[in-house]
Amino acid sequence: MSGIQPIGLSPATTPGPEGTRPPARARGRLRALTRRDAVVLAVMVAIPTLIQLVLVWLPTVASIVLSFFRWDGLTLGGFQFVGAANYRFVFAESPAFWPAVLHNVVWLLFLAVIGTPLGLLLAVLLDQPIRGSRIYQSIFFVPVMLSVALIGIIWQLFYSQDNGLLNSLLGTAGTPRAVDWFGNSNVNLWAALVAATWRHAGYIMILYLAGLKGVDPSLREAAALDGANARQIFFRVVFPAMAPTNVIIVVITIIESLRAFDIVYVINGATNGLELVSALVIQYLVGEGQVIGIGSAFAVVLLVISLVPIVFYLSRTFSTKER
Amino acid sequence: MAAHPGGFELNRRSLIRGAGIGAVGLAGTQLLAACSGGSSGGGGAGGGGSATFGSNASDEVPKKAYAAFVSAFEKKSKDTIQTKTSDHNGFQEKISNYLQGSPDDAFTWFAGYRMRYYAKKGLVGDVSDVWSKIGSNYSDALKQASTGDDGKQYFVPNYNYPWGFFYRKSFWQSKGWEVPGTFDELVALAKKMKTAGIIPIAFADKDGWPAMGTFDYLNMRINGYQFHVDLCAHKEAWNSSKVQEVFDTWKELRTYQDPSALGLTWQEAAQKLGNKQAGMYLLGSFVTQQFTDKAVLDDIDFFPFPEVKVEGTDSVEAPIDGLMLSKKGAQNQAAKDMLAYLGTGEGQLAYWKVDSSNIMTAKDADTSGYSAFNKKLGDVIANAKHISQFFDRDALPAMASNVMIPALQNFTKSGSIDLANLETQAKSLYANQ
Repeated sequence: MSGIQPIGLSPATTPGPEGTRPPARARGRLRALTRRDAVVLAVMVAIPTLIQLVLVWLPTVASIVLSFFRWDGLTLGGFQFVGAANYRFVFAESPAFWPAVLHNVVWLLFLAVIGTPLGLLLAVLLDQPIRGSRIYQSIFFVPVMLSVALIGIIWQLFYSQDNGLLNSLLGTAGTPRAVDWFGNSNVNLWAALVAATWRHAGYIMILYLAGLKGVDPSLREAAALDGANARQIFFRVVFPAMAPTNVIIVVITIIESLRAFDIVYVINGATNGLELVSALVIQYLVGEGQVIGIGSAFAVVLLVISLVPIVFYLSRTFSTKER
Repeated sequence: MAAHPGGFELNRRSLIRGAGIGAVGLAGTQLLAACSGGSSGGGGAGGGGSATFGSNASDEVPKKAYAAFVSAFEKKSKDTIQTKTSDHNGFQEKISNYLQGSPDDAFTWFAGYRMRYYAKKGLVGDVSDVWSKIGSNYSDALKQASTGDDGKQYFVPNYNYPWGFFYRKSFWQSKGWEVPGTFDELVALAKKMKTAGIIPIAFADKDGWPAMGTFDYLNMRINGYQFHVDLCAHKEAWNSSKVQEVFDTWKELRTYQDPSALGLTWQEAAQKLGNKQAGMYLLGSFVTQQFTDKAVLDDIDFFPFPEVKVEGTDSVEAPIDGLMLSKKGAQNQAAKDMLAYLGTGEGQLAYWKVDSSNIMTAKDADTSGYSAFNKKLGDVIANAKHISQFFDRDALPAMASNVMIPALQNFTKSGSIDLANLETQAKSLYANQ
């Protein structure tokens, strides 16, 4: 029996049978975690940390390192340090980079000015006690769930030059006056943005619907009793009360416009007026035209741009908590 | 024999695969069959083996054609082939990851830089022993096109197809148009067509690659085959007066190409040729796959890209499609037998009977089924002194897809090209390989 007592363990961590400890220390031991709790806690912290390390930090650091090297991406070895040459390619040599940045900015403004407010409008309308509200919500949310391939087909039906819905409505289908929605680089970005808004609005709507449900109804009642009209209730009371949701929406809108990629990619592979920074990353990193170093440099540039909204969000979140 | 360790590898794999689906009995027979295949030194008569086949033939006609080839092979060899078809462009773009991941034993691919590059990187299987059996069935040019930088063969050609101008005979006859022999005649003809209110040259470049065909031909006709190949390999500079002349000449032609090209796929442009909205179409002979109406198909004729500056038209763009083995597939006798079968006239005929827009490459292929049109295409290739593979197969993939596609699309749109920038980008990209 005496062999059970492990020799190596210090008395403090061993709930010994002696029972001679002063009460104060006993209380201290009660507050400390039991070994089982400690193990559970360690595992619960370690697993997400590990996942985070392997899936987020490792690739991020690898991208940053690789952006200073030449590598064929196939064999380990053959790394060649090239300094800032890959960044020179990104900023000075690639003719697609600056148009891509511009398109990303246009994308952001469009979503911020049209897409997100549209989602908010849908949420406010569908939050009213109208019949079939759930059905409308589902309908507006469907685009968010559709696969990219399907979205490509749907918008092809709208935009096709010879037999698309839009050109048919305009009466120009099949004629030389038909608008080349996907091919004309003056209009294809806007065509893509309409398609993106169609998705984005549904996403924002769901988030705001949840936000609206979280607003205390007594606030509205109080405002109504004070004689505020519907518009005043919304803009002066409900909207400010949704501040946490608003921050998330701002961040999501920025992130969405930075990682916008799928729609332009299905349209024409993100060329000819539809260049986006994220698409350039994909083009140089995963396509057949893979050039790891240059692709990594594009990725790092995108990362640095993305850090701005992320830092904004995190600082907002933490400062609120401190308050 | 070297095949033995490979044979063991196969046994273990098939055993694991067999056990995985819970068919232990089947695994046993596979084991035996593979043993006999291995010990006969790859005689091809083993039978009962199995292999996977990754196909990029996602268009309807080639898909059916490969299915016909595979079933003909299965019938002959008693091997089982599992075909996995991927989207044509998608397969191409994912090839690096595909070959590094868990590729199929055999897969569809192209001759040219794209084949040699992956061979050099050791990602594909050596098929020199297959070539020792089928080599006599191919011309030297085809063997050369199947050979990697190390002198070993990595590729078995199935078919090739010439690029050139396609047009509707009856339409031209009714209008009194004649096949142009020189560039000036081509421009004069295009002018006539434009006045007649039709699009002289059908053109589609939404996917980016079709415009490369115009570039390749103009470059070969103006600067010659050797310059073109050297430019593709970046042994020649882009910012030269020679390349400038190509684009200057193209500018003349550009006004006669379909102005809505950037919104069109090649299939849509082919429809314009089919229904007489366009007079001619510079594309590969696969364009005929689009004409399902027999009357239209029989009405299609072909003429080579006319002479521009270099005398004659004996440089032909005729990309070769065929099969390769992954590293794993090089250990699989069934996969090797399938490639060997593709090197026979019989195997190629099984494919060609379904997809007859191409030209069979095996010498002993039975060409009695060729129409006058097929014969014409075949003769163009047979009489060619030089065969190019298409820009995106002759050049570095990153140069082709990341630089040339946007540059040519921009040229299509605006008529201007920044050759100095092309050269700068080319320098950076070729240095990265």
